[in-house]
Amino acid sequence: MILINDLCKKFGKLTVLDQVSLNLGSGKSYALVGPNGSGKTTLIKSVLGMVRPSSGLIQFNGKDIANEWKYREQIGYMPQIGRYPENMRIGELVDMMKNIRKEVKTVDEELIDAFKLYKIYDKRMHTLSGGTRQKVSASLAFLFHSPVLILDEPTAGLDPVSVEILKEKILHERRMGKLIIITSHILSDLDELSTEMIYIFEGKVQYNNSIEALKEETHETRLNKAVTTLIKQKELLNSITEQL
Amino acid sequence: MKKVQFFLITIILSALSLEGKTIRVGPSESVTQIKQAIVMAQPGDTILVRAGIYREGNIILQKSIVLIGEGYPVLDGENEYETLTVHAQHAVIKGLKFINTGTGSIEDKAAIKILDSENLRILNNQFENTFFGIYLSNSSHIWIENNELKSEAEAEHQIGNGIHLWKCHHITINENKIKGHRDGIYFEFVTNSLITNNYSEGNMRYGLHFMFSHNDEYRDNTFINNGAGVAVMYTKGVKMINNHFIHNWGSSSYGLLLKDISDSFVMGNEFVENSVGVHAEGSSRIVFKENEFIRNGYAFKLQASCDDNVIERNNFQQNTFDLVTNGSLVLNRIESNYWDRYEGYDLNRDQVGDVPYRPISMYGMIVERMPTAVLLWRSFLVFLLDRAEKAIPVITPENLKDNLPAMKAYDFNK
Amino acid sequence: MTRVIRYIFNDILRTRFILFYTGFLLLSTFALFQLDSDFGKIVLSLLNIVLMVVPLVSVIFTTIHFFSSYEFIELMLAQPINRRVIFLSEYLAVASSLCMAYLIGVGVPFIMFGAGESVISLLVTGVFLTLVFVSLAFLSSVLTRDKSKAIGIALLFWFYFSLIYDGFVLWIIYSFSDYPLEKVTLTLIAFNPVDLARIIMLLQLDISALMGYTGAFYKNFFGSNMGILFSSGILFLWAIIPIYIALRIFNKKDL
Repeated sequence: MILINDLCKKFGKLTVLDQVSLNLGSGKSYALVGPNGSGKTTLIKSVLGMVRPSSGLIQFNGKDIANEWKYREQIGYMPQIGRYPENMRIGELVDMMKNIRKEVKTVDEELIDAFKLYKIYDKRMHTLSGGTRQKVSASLAFLFHSPVLILDEPTAGLDPVSVEILKEKILHERRMGKLIIITSHILSDLDELSTEMIYIFEGKVQYNNSIEALKEETHETRLNKAVTTLIKQKELLNSITEQL
Repeated sequence: MKKVQFFLITIILSALSLEGKTIRVGPSESVTQIKQAIVMAQPGDTILVRAGIYREGNIILQKSIVLIGEGYPVLDGENEYETLTVHAQHAVIKGLKFINTGTGSIEDKAAIKILDSENLRILNNQFENTFFGIYLSNSSHIWIENNELKSEAEAEHQIGNGIHLWKCHHITINENKIKGHRDGIYFEFVTNSLITNNYSEGNMRYGLHFMFSHNDEYRDNTFINNGAGVAVMYTKGVKMINNHFIHNWGSSSYGLLLKDISDSFVMGNEFVENSVGVHAEGSSRIVFKENEFIRNGYAFKLQASCDDNVIERNNFQQNTFDLVTNGSLVLNRIESNYWDRYEGYDLNRDQVGDVPYRPISMYGMIVERMPTAVLLWRSFLVFLLDRAEKAIPVITPENLKDNLPAMKAYDFNK
Repeated sequence: MTRVIRYIFNDILRTRFILFYTGFLLLSTFALFQLDSDFGKIVLSLLNIVLMVVPLVSVIFTTIHFFSSYEFIELMLAQPINRRVIFLSEYLAVASSLCMAYLIGVGVPFIMFGAGESVISLLVTGVFLTLVFVSLAFLSSVLTRDKSKAIGIALLFWFYFSLIYDGFVLWIIYSFSDYPLEKVTLTLIAFNPVDLARIIMLLQLDISALMGYTGAFYKNFFGSNMGILFSSGILFLWAIIPIYIALRIFNKKDL
């Protein structure tokens, strides 16, 4: 569904994405993993068209997304840090989003109900805590039944109950056959949510396979262990190549 | 006794003969033409013209008679003729209405043209649509009073002057109203004359224009809305007192333009809303005293070619520029004026400011030197430049200042 | 597009800045009416406000608004909306609210006390200046990611056009004062929207009589149909070109 080919992104001298090539198919759930500053968010933003690639190609359903915007109808995006017009009330924000995508007739307000957001509809965005903000972001991402969901650190800052609600929702959507891309530091969460694993380090895709395969390779049963082992192996490899 | 009787009779007879007879002219009189009456008249006679319209072409008066209109009889020049030409002594022309004189640039056709005459009185006449109104040439001792001249020309070349004097002396022009001519009052080589209480409005060029006319006096006249205001040139010994120069507004307009004037006196005048209140160049030894300068563009343009003038005890209020000059040399005395922009203080309370006032704006100077710079007028840059220059004078003449600025405006009305 | 504009518009109104601005203009205009009864003088005093305050408020408000609505822009970018639409909506919303504030603030007192032809020019030039400086401020906003830097650039634009440029013109006039400069200065004036607006306004007022030969030349030019077309065309270009460049940069920008 999303095809990324030789994607490069440079911010000045700094190379953030280096020849990233991925093929993300629908019905799968990808865990996008990597240390801070490895380029995860840049990759996501490139897919959304918010960051313009230096070179390379991104296709959505076989169509180049450069200067396109219509394809975003099919993406629900939950940003890492939800930034919203500070003076808006939650209710107004939700209304605005619905209003802007008027063509979507039936909306999915399951999360709004589950998070009980309607109770605080008249609160302004700048009064919200980080967690509540995350809830708003999540609710908005799922609002339009989008076939593709891109979730950047979805569980960060959420309380345990809300984390469970969100996880349930993600799993539900996965079962519906949607393409889901999640980045998270909390690897145990990803273990449950994802089937595929993409590891990015210094702008390069270091690993791209199913989680099952990863566990087998590293002889670990839990994802976080598996990833740590993977990272250690990579670091070892790097230090050897550096010494050479 | 007989001698006395004879003497008395002689006196009475001579008095009777001096009184003369009266000839009446009018549509219903036996004499219907003014020309006819003039032919009949003897010196000392009176011609009384009844109301009516007289189309007689050019009437020529060469006798010492009194020509009086009753109910303003109209002398119509039919847009072709000069209506009345006078070459006489001791004559009076009174109460007539002159209309539609001929025009033309070769001959200066006038409603009343006075040539080589003396001791005339031109009183209470009306002039409408005349090329020249009253035209005097080489004459003296003439009294022009209470005439009303009105014309409606569109361009300068289509019209002559209202009251035009050339080479005259001892003339009095009092309480006339002149509107819509080229120059309201025009003097060339006219000396020892008096212009008082006239009202000159909306003339194409100058409300008053005089050249080479020495020792004349102008008092209590009003000059309003004239194309270029009042121009006084190449003259000495002029007195201009208590006149009003009002709203002479335009890109080349002046309240009063003084060019090569010397030994003169400008006092108690009022300059209101003129583009330039007074523009003086090449002028010397003029005293400007107790004048009011209010709401003018430039109150006073004092060119560097002027010397030994005195500007004192005047009021400068609400002018865009108070004083501009085009050089750095100042040979004039500027003292004890009231400047509404003065920001100094008066610690000893003697009504005289303790710090000198510099009436010149830097920008005004710049524009005097480089007229194109006027484009920056009212820009922020100009505002800053003026402020800076006030604090530290660099290009404005160092000695151009009023050392004794008044703290309060003078009240000249008492 | 109208939906997006409406939301930005509501957001702008909520900050109350526009209300303050309107109030400030209303107050100043009313105060001028109280202080002076001469119509031309009032217009003249207002001209100073228009030439200084309107561009200044426009650049500062626009840059601050742009950076405070970064979140909104980000949010919109993740939605199926064209970048161009988002950016132009921002421009139109900001420009129209500032223009409205100006028209109400200056226009209403004149409607109450009676208006003349010069007031219409005052309103039109004020609106043009607003459009131009909002446009320039958007350009400076997309040139950098740093808010204070952007405000700096925007202020520089303002400073340049209201002061530095005139200094340059004065220098030219000074250096070439022996030559007929009318046409040269006319061209120079066209390169500064503030000067252009100032000259147009000055020529409207009867004080233009003080501008001598140069003033007469300009009056001839700007009084003609060609002149009106020329000046409004130039001001229009001044509004269009910066926002066009800004749009192109914004289109390629990473957010």
